Amino acid sequence: MSHKVVIPIGPYHPLQEEPELFRLYVEGEKVVDIDIVIGYMHRGIEELSEHKHFDQVAFLVERICGICSTSHPFAYVNAMEDLAKIQVPERALYIRTIIAEMERIHSHLLWLGLAGHFIGYNTVWMWAWKYREPVLDMFEMISGNRNHYAMMKVGGVRRDIKDQDIPVLKKAIDELVPAVDMFRGAVMDDPVIKARLKGIGILTKQQAIDWCVVGPTARASGINIDVRRDDPYGVYDRVTWNVILEKDGDIFAKTKVRILELYESVSIIRQCLDKMPKGEIDANIKDIPPGEGIGRVEAPRGECFHYVRSDGTNRPVRHKIRAPSFMNVASNKVAAVGGTISDAAITLAAVDPCYCCTERLIVLDKDSYRKLMNGWDLIKLSQAKTEELKKSISSRQSQI
Amino acid sequence: MSILDEIKDRLKDKILDWHEHAARRIYITINPRDIQEVASTLFKDLALRFTIATGQDTPGGLEILYHFSFDKTGQIISVRVLIEDKKKPQIHSITPLFPAAEWIEREIWEMLGINFLGHPNLKRLLLAEEWPEGKYPLRKS
Repeated sequence: MSHKVVIPIGPYHPLQEEPELFRLYVEGEKVVDIDIVIGYMHRGIEELSEHKHFDQVAFLVERICGICSTSHPFAYVNAMEDLAKIQVPERALYIRTIIAEMERIHSHLLWLGLAGHFIGYNTVWMWAWKYREPVLDMFEMISGNRNHYAMMKVGGVRRDIKDQDIPVLKKAIDELVPAVDMFRGAVMDDPVIKARLKGIGILTKQQAIDWCVVGPTARASGINIDVRRDDPYGVYDRVTWNVILEKDGDIFAKTKVRILELYESVSIIRQCLDKMPKGEIDANIKDIPPGEGIGRVEAPRGECFHYVRSDGTNRPVRHKIRAPSFMNVASNKVAAVGGTISDAAITLAAVDPCYCCTERLIVLDKDSYRKLMNGWDLIKLSQAKTEELKKSISSRQSQI
Repeated sequence: MSILDEIKDRLKDKILDWHEHAARRIYITINPRDIQEVASTLFKDLALRFTIATGQDTPGGLEILYHFSFDKTGQIISVRVLIEDKKKPQIHSITPLFPAAEWIEREIWEMLGINFLGHPNLKRLLLAEEWPEGKYPLRKS
């Protein structure tokens, strides 16, 4: 008997930074349609920004996201510097780049841990978060804060990186490399993870183009874009690094892109620390002329876009903000449909949205709204699939 | 031929104003009635990526900037339209051309009250259901 049910995923969970609701329509095991409802965390920041001084806006937009908290102020200062054609001191550009790449490392490790948890690899989760800690400690050393570092300022940065901190930073970065090696081995060579993540949640290249996805989600589908290379800001055009590209568009490809990007971030930070010149860190901007400016940043999740218009007063008249997840989350409409419920949690999490919503899943009977499963049941379902794969793979190996 | 020349060549008389703020920041003004054709040319023929659209209330009317990104050169082409009628503002939707525009058109619709003709799913994106009809948070008046 076909049993059509609706599964609402979300919207609230104490862990997640942005609640959202995914209403999955399923027939048996198969997801046939998905309805995405956002807006639970709409705080009107674009409007708020019109009431703040240009200097205050950097603090405001930092609070859009708790994880990629430097991407928004970075994109905002880029927009302001485009608007007013400001020349930023060289040292400040290096410091900005170092902060942005450290953020990418901690954000990718955070995602890796949660992805591990969703498929039943809690060791990956614990390890990933363990190695994320030293990165947060480095942020604390530089800025006094583990999150919300408040480093960006129109025309420069607010704090310098002290000379005596540089060797400590270098050591912490170097110590990350063996950990990333371990993850690469653990994830990419593990037959179970491969079997679990390959071929699910596929976003084809054409779908990626139509939905205009960005960041690792796009690069895993063979779209060769990266704002750091295409529209360079900071000092990305003065250091050597590679854009990581994959073709398959499945969860495995997205995982691979993020793990390999960790190496590139480590390399960028090392080069920046070596090349960073001495000098001023702030251009001391007082007035902003009328005009409009666009700033972009490759945040850990993809292109972050800010548009600012000024009328010559000390506040913006319009400030448009587009976070990468705005494009990426919408693409779940095609990535999750056609898959099974046991893959839904990891598929929705694979674009690296605000993951934790996937932890609050409820399966309801479509007609009676009777509760069939809750979120934990669905994560268990996802983990059980991994267990089955483990068993079938090990029994096959023992037969050989 | 550079992408800018190609855009000029394809859009020709549809361009009312062409402004290069910086080498990578280009602003084009067009008539609102041409938006579907221009968006189709940029997205489908010239393979630009739709980044986002910005709606704003200006003294002269409601303005929408459609930002397209050409990633090979890192240029952003912002297509500007001005809808002068603030009482019943409307424009053709570009969502039928590519699904990526669906959410932002819904957002502009609820925040500024611009009606997108032909949008397949014009309902609230961010505002709560209890928010009163006809009140637009980003309108200046």
